[in-house]
Amino acid sequence: MDWGTLHTFIGGVNKHSTSIGKVWITVIFIFRVMILVVAAQEVWGDEQEDFVCNTLQPGCKNVCYDHFFPVSHIRLWALQLIFVSTPALLVAMHVAYYRHETARKFRRGEKRNEFKDEEDIKKQKVRIEGSLWWTYTSSIFFRILFEASFMYVFYFLYNGYHLPWVLKCDIDPCPNVVDCFISRPTEKTVFTIFMISASVICMLLNVAELCYLLLRICFRRSKRAQAQRNHPNHALKESKQNEMNELISDSGHNAITGFPS
Amino acid sequence: MSWMFLRDLLSGVNQYSSGVGQIWLAVVFIFRLLVYIVAAEHVWKDEQKEFECNIRQPGCENVCFDYFFPISQVRLWALQLIMVSTPSLLVVLHVAYHEGREKRHRKKLYVSPGTVDGGLWCTYLLSLIVKISFEIGFLVLFYKLYNGFSVPYLMKCDLKPCPNTVDCFISKPTEKTIFILFLVITSCLCIVLNFIEVSFLVLKCFIKCFLLKYAKKFKSSVCERQSLRCVECDETGAPSLLQNPHAGLALSTPQQQEPKILCDTQLGQT
Repeated sequence: MDWGTLHTFIGGVNKHSTSIGKVWITVIFIFRVMILVVAAQEVWGDEQEDFVCNTLQPGCKNVCYDHFFPVSHIRLWALQLIFVSTPALLVAMHVAYYRHETARKFRRGEKRNEFKDEEDIKKQKVRIEGSLWWTYTSSIFFRILFEASFMYVFYFLYNGYHLPWVLKCDIDPCPNVVDCFISRPTEKTVFTIFMISASVICMLLNVAELCYLLLRICFRRSKRAQAQRNHPNHALKESKQNEMNELISDSGHNAITGFPS
Repeated sequence: MSWMFLRDLLSGVNQYSSGVGQIWLAVVFIFRLLVYIVAAEHVWKDEQKEFECNIRQPGCENVCFDYFFPISQVRLWALQLIMVSTPSLLVVLHVAYHEGREKRHRKKLYVSPGTVDGGLWCTYLLSLIVKISFEIGFLVLFYKLYNGFSVPYLMKCDLKPCPNTVDCFISKPTEKTIFILFLVITSCLCIVLNFIEVSFLVLKCFIKCFLLKYAKKFKSSVCERQSLRCVECDETGAPSLLQNPHAGLALSTPQQQEPKILCDTQLGQT
């Protein structure tokens, strides 16, 4: 069980995403998950071992480390990635439910003309319309919310995104104000800025996708409204014309009166 | 053998679960198993090495660590995950048993080996009840063993060979508290999901039984009424209390043949 399993879960959603959604999934897995696993974990691997305080007082180092790093950067990023990926499961569940209902109707004989067999239902790409549009849009909204919350928590916990090379600590049992040194602060700062930038890019992609979906639906609705305005009785006229033709061909007399124009 | 084995076993359970069951599986996989493997395990990695007591007496740290952590929280978490996932295997075993029976008898014995009906319904319900008891059991054990769900930064220890009451400092107490709270919250969420699934199963069964009973009752009362009218007609010749305008019409059901004949004969005579 590892990030590969999450990739399998989320990869299934890829088929039903918009193009921006697909770019987002790529950015998440290449620039965040992969960097976290192959690089960041090595940098933070010895974070407590090499956290050194200028005192021999036992317990001082533990207490100071706990005070300055209530949650490690690595763990916070891992949680952020998990939380940000899970709204996509809402979409996967909705698609699975839709396919299950379609298969049930197909077995009852209702949608035989639309699909050849049940395998066809599973292979069909589901369009982002109707209730799925709402699910998809809410999932994007939650993604943006989680990204923003985690970035804020990060900023709040570590007083910014920069790691200093020395921290001053005077918590019990430290006997006085003691200097504590973080291991590899510059490398950690570089990776922190990299991960934060990737978060910002992902957030921008999500905002762009949300705007795209909203614009698409507004555009579709205005097109439909325009079509209705230009030809208000178009459908009505056609059916009446067909009726007229039938009556003419049946009786041979023009018996239609009061035809609405 | 690793967590992949458990993951593969549980993936097989997915096809026989209800909708709520599949949500439960997703929560277990993502918010418990994945979080445990990618994050929580590393937080407790150096827990004994970084456990420090304010004393140079050899053995004091070991004894104090063993006293405060009889079993590591992260190992208890892993045990909980394994115990909570395994009742689902009861369902898989039962379905495999159905399939085995069908193969042995070489004919179709069930509508589908995976339909949650009859014996499989009981197995499914039992697995849910066992899951809920394990979850609650482990939460209670956690609470009792560590006096709550938070990890303090300092503990006082006066066990031999420590010469007096000594301060012992735990590594990363805040991070550990955060992950333990995360574990408790996801456990509670899983308990709620299991309760919902149990209620859903029981309610579905009640509705099915009630509908069946009601349908049987309605059918038998219709037959009784038909036979009662014909018997009354035969005995008294007076107009029956139940006005049945179709008493003389031909009835196709075989059970009503005799009363119908009596009825027709009587009408014919009067």
